[in-house]
Amino acid sequence: MQGPTSLQRCLLGLRRNPAYWLMLPLFGIALTVFVGCVLYSLLLSFTDSKLLPSYVFVEFKQYARLFISSRWTTSLQNLIIFGALYIVGCLVLGTLLAIALDQKVRGENWFRTLFLYPHALSYVVTGLAWQWLLNPAFGIQALVRDTGWESFTFDWLVNSETVIFAIIIAALWQGSGFIMALMLASLRSVDPEIWRATRIDGVPAWRTYWSVVLPSLAPMITFCIVLLGVSVVKSYDLVVAMTNGGPGIASELPAKFVVDHLFERNNIGLAMAGAGMLLVSVLCAAAPLWVLAAIRKRGANQ
Amino acid sequence: MTGFPRMGRVGLYVFLLISALYFIAPLYVIVGTSMKTMAEIRWGDMLALPESFNVQYWQHAWSSSCTGLNCDGLQAGFWNSVRILIPSVLLSVFIGALNGYALSFWRPRGANFLMAILVCGAFIPYQVLLYPLVRITNALDVYGSLQGIVLVHLIFSLPMTTLIFRNYYLTLPQELFKAARVDGAGFWRIFTSIVLPLSIPMLAVATILQVTNIWNDFLLGLIFAGKENLPMTVQLNNIVNSQLAERTYNTDMAATLLTAAVPLLVYFFSGKYFVRGIASGAVKG
Repeated sequence: MQGPTSLQRCLLGLRRNPAYWLMLPLFGIALTVFVGCVLYSLLLSFTDSKLLPSYVFVEFKQYARLFISSRWTTSLQNLIIFGALYIVGCLVLGTLLAIALDQKVRGENWFRTLFLYPHALSYVVTGLAWQWLLNPAFGIQALVRDTGWESFTFDWLVNSETVIFAIIIAALWQGSGFIMALMLASLRSVDPEIWRATRIDGVPAWRTYWSVVLPSLAPMITFCIVLLGVSVVKSYDLVVAMTNGGPGIASELPAKFVVDHLFERNNIGLAMAGAGMLLVSVLCAAAPLWVLAAIRKRGANQ
Repeated sequence: MTGFPRMGRVGLYVFLLISALYFIAPLYVIVGTSMKTMAEIRWGDMLALPESFNVQYWQHAWSSSCTGLNCDGLQAGFWNSVRILIPSVLLSVFIGALNGYALSFWRPRGANFLMAILVCGAFIPYQVLLYPLVRITNALDVYGSLQGIVLVHLIFSLPMTTLIFRNYYLTLPQELFKAARVDGAGFWRIFTSIVLPLSIPMLAVATILQVTNIWNDFLLGLIFAGKENLPMTVQLNNIVNSQLAERTYNTDMAATLLTAAVPLLVYFFSGKYFVRGIASGAVKG
């Protein structure tokens, strides 16, 4: 006897499990956008497309062009400085704030609300607020000079050597509360037995945090690093609002390079080569997750 | 946990207070500057309280601030954002709940594969997908329109909303679902009379998350909404950063404050739900 054909089985499945009706469009959209569109962008990065897409393939020429463009190399350099300091800064400040709030402090709710509110704001708002605070003529520099310290300089925003650090200050302001919230939730879930045991042994609290509690949160911390890393690669709005890439090209970032070359400079091929590099950067940023998964797998096998 | 010696506790509060200053200063300065006259801003210091509490510059920012030659204020951007926000949030939350329900209770084959694609999708920078999506929305004849920007928001929120509802439904008891099926309830019946009522807390979390995400969007609105529908964030940036004449910092800061008001109100009134939202939807654009 012959079994049902695959078409018959498919129809039977549809009747028995109506979720398939929903799966089909969902699959369609997911495959079109998250697979198809990515492949299409990558494909275009190997063509000589300018204002309009063209399908004349030029191998890695666009990528080569990318790396001789000073605008791109500056962007990439900024991304690395920004990424490193932002990730480390958010982790350190966020974790310290979480640990501080974990000490049964008075007004904990007030502090927590205060540390997290920037995360609810748009990067445009953050950028404009800090653009104003760091404005040399009216902001923090003027404030300190008014107290009598005439030679005080804090002009990071308008100095092309330091502008990326001004952006990091604003980004930290928006991002560290988020890490604080995630870390505080994890700290609260730490086994209270650990605290009882170490206190009986007379181990100082900071020591317990450093050698026992934080290492036990390693998976959570890895997750935070990945989230921060991915958001760094995507960074666009903050720079647009705060400096628009200036002074000159001193605070350009790769994500902005792609948007500018797509919509203002009409250079699709080059923009898509930049997008390809963004994809590579995201893969690098997500790499810690795979390392973590591999370690877990080994642990499970042993 | 406790157990810091007394010196440590003093240090602890000093650290918390200094951090609090870093976090509060920008908001304080925005509000203060938005109430000062230009003379006060020029000659006074940034931290000084405004001489009078007037909302004249808020009104100016709202109804007559300029972008280029157009002086209709931020209000157009506000209403555009509202028009984008309402359908995008309602649809994305509903679609997320429906997908999460289908994938977790009905467990169709390929569900895990689909989830894998969606999770990877959440990591892809918008910039990689912009150009193909411009072509797709162009082909559908919705590029530069309200429908276009809503569609793009729906696509980009698909991974996160599906994921948070699926994860939530996986924690609900399967017996409930099985009992309903034995009683003869179908796909929609189970969804509307059992699953949706049980998901009210998660619906609130997802709605709050989507309201802040979509309100705060800048890039997608800039590219896909079209000149007539630019959201408030884009208009704010245009007002502040493309002034032809001398900059009016009080109006700029009033405009910034008005744009921040919606997510701030959502944040202050939703409290716990906001925190749950950022924890469960941590992979955001």
